[in-house]
Amino acid sequence: MKLSTLQRGAQAVVKSVEALHLGDAIAQRLRELGFVPGEAIRVVAHGPMGADTIAVQIGFTRFALRRAEAARVRVSLDTSPVAA
Amino acid sequence: MNTVSNTAASASTLATPLRAALVGNPNCGKTALFNRLTGARQKVANYAGVTVERKEGFATMPSGRVLRLLDLPGAYSLNATSPDEAITRDIVLGNHPSEPRPELLICVIDATNLRLHLRFALELAQLGQPMIVSLNMMDAAEKRGIKIDRERLQSELGVPVIETIAVRKEGAAGLLAALDGVLPTAPAKTDDTDLHVRVQALLDAAVSVPRRTSELDDKLDHWVLHPVFGMLILAAIMFLMFQAVFTWAAPFQDGIEASVAWLGSFIGASLPDGMLKSLLVDGIIAGTGSVLVFLPQILLLFLFILCLEESGYLPRAAFLLDRFMLASGLSGRAFIPLLSSFACAIPGIMATRSIQNPRDRFLTIMVAPLMTCSARLPVYALLIGAFVPDRTVLGYVNLQGLVLFGLYLLAIVSALVVAWVVKHFGSANQDAALLMELPAWRLPHWKDVGIGLYERASIFTKRVGGIILALSVMIWFLSSFPTPPADWHGSAIEYSFAGHIGRAMQSIFAPIGFNWQICVALIPGLAAREVAVSGLATVYAVGGGQDEAAQALAPLIAAQWSLGTGLALLAWYVYAPQCLSTLAVMRRETGSMRSVGIALAYLFGLAWLAAFIAFHLGKAIA
Repeated sequence: MKLSTLQRGAQAVVKSVEALHLGDAIAQRLRELGFVPGEAIRVVAHGPMGADTIAVQIGFTRFALRRAEAARVRVSLDTSPVAA
Repeated sequence: MNTVSNTAASASTLATPLRAALVGNPNCGKTALFNRLTGARQKVANYAGVTVERKEGFATMPSGRVLRLLDLPGAYSLNATSPDEAITRDIVLGNHPSEPRPELLICVIDATNLRLHLRFALELAQLGQPMIVSLNMMDAAEKRGIKIDRERLQSELGVPVIETIAVRKEGAAGLLAALDGVLPTAPAKTDDTDLHVRVQALLDAAVSVPRRTSELDDKLDHWVLHPVFGMLILAAIMFLMFQAVFTWAAPFQDGIEASVAWLGSFIGASLPDGMLKSLLVDGIIAGTGSVLVFLPQILLLFLFILCLEESGYLPRAAFLLDRFMLASGLSGRAFIPLLSSFACAIPGIMATRSIQNPRDRFLTIMVAPLMTCSARLPVYALLIGAFVPDRTVLGYVNLQGLVLFGLYLLAIVSALVVAWVVKHFGSANQDAALLMELPAWRLPHWKDVGIGLYERASIFTKRVGGIILALSVMIWFLSSFPTPPADWHGSAIEYSFAGHIGRAMQSIFAPIGFNWQICVALIPGLAAREVAVSGLATVYAVGGGQDEAAQALAPLIAAQWSLGTGLALLAWYVYAPQCLSTLAVMRRETGSMRSVGIALAYLFGLAWLAAFIAFHLGKAIA
């Protein structure tokens, strides 16, 4: 499932970040920021008006993303951490 | 390097400063560390050709040798995605055309955010450059019970790791001592294991964290990022900010006005009548005074913005508002700059520096002058007082207040429409991303706020002040020369260059109902919009200060102008780009005359069109 479909407060584990096209700078940046397989992630907040923006906690850091960006991140709700 | 050459080198290098650069993720406390190390010994400018801020400072190391420190823009990676990051990449790699490669990199990492920051530290270590890691915010880490084995981290990273607390007085002394003397050996190249895997191994080996987030941050974010309560908190903060800007600044503004008036009359009394007196009193003192009056408001605005920025609230406000702003093609980060522009477009345009995406930033700068700045209020007050009847409509609404509200609303709607048009018909939009960090909450430190405020105030007074001074003199010249002959019956300004220009402008402005007197008043209004009121007073030869002039002027223009003309001038001022200080700051912040030209052209076009419609509407009603 995609990060963009998670409920507020949901815990998940990152499976992969998918590039939408060749040289997708956003996908590349997401990976650099720590959206890497096995990383635990939590949806902290949904923005107002249709929740187009979401705030997530990954590692020790909080990020805000738009839904289109979050749709690049595949996650699984399985909360037991994948062996790093 | 052997010891003999070391001592020989240190004797000769004592005279030459050590060139080091601070580099790190955004929000690692890099700038606070820079302020701690260099204090007031800073130079702020732009990198050649771009509008990225270049900060350099100096410090003295224990041996007496000078440290020349560059504060590089924050970056998440050397794979740059913004102009800021590109600067950092180029300098660190030694590819920048005008900046030499630093002798030493000081990589600043936040001890409470190691998962993210260690990755960049490892990326930098791979460059094989002499490097020191500054393990910053150790106080916050201790409070949260984060335990870091510094020696283990140092041996795993292969570079010296020094603990720092940028907000504490002696918090950077250890770092300064470590910089003194022989450069650390460059870290060895490592195999190309994935950096995230190596970060995880480092964390497992050297760091113990009881809890991934701070409990206080979780609680604050629960309310601040809430879709309903978050918006209420935002509204309350904005309300407070504007109350402060308009009420707290008032006594200071009165003080400046009084001092300017006193200075004018003092110099006026001590100089003989003539050109010099007129230049000093009517040109320089009155001209710069009319803009200087806005300095208290601008400083208060900056104070609020800096505190919001330092505390970590600004990106959270952007998070809440992104959806609303995106609908028109702007980003959430545009909100604060646009809001500030209601006081004055100058701090608003300067505040766009917090927008990383160059396209978003450009668009925000372009629409900022549409926000109704406080300099327009005196003009609105005069015209509404003269042309809109003071009566109650719809039961309890004051018609004059309603018109004023409508003017503000018209400006906001116009800005949204302009942004929307640019988005849909402008240049192809690349993947505009929001993707931003919501940094840990922090209490702003007075030192960092103070230095930030000083920087912005000096930009305003130096850069803008110089231009305003030059323009005041120019406008004074245009409205004073040539002097009329003794038998001239009209006002002196009518005979002057400004009078002639005003008449020449008639061909453009007659279709929107402006008479030559208005055209003449538009010229001094170039310095600051509210000066147009005293401009009109001069043309109609009404004496007295600005307030008295406005009172005497209102019945006069109400009698002489048609309703259409009055409404047209109101509409004109909703859009009119004729604040030269704003154009000057736009030039400074975008670094291009082209964008100033675009802004001038589209605002002028809109102003003319709106005035045309208002003029004919007014004719139809009357």
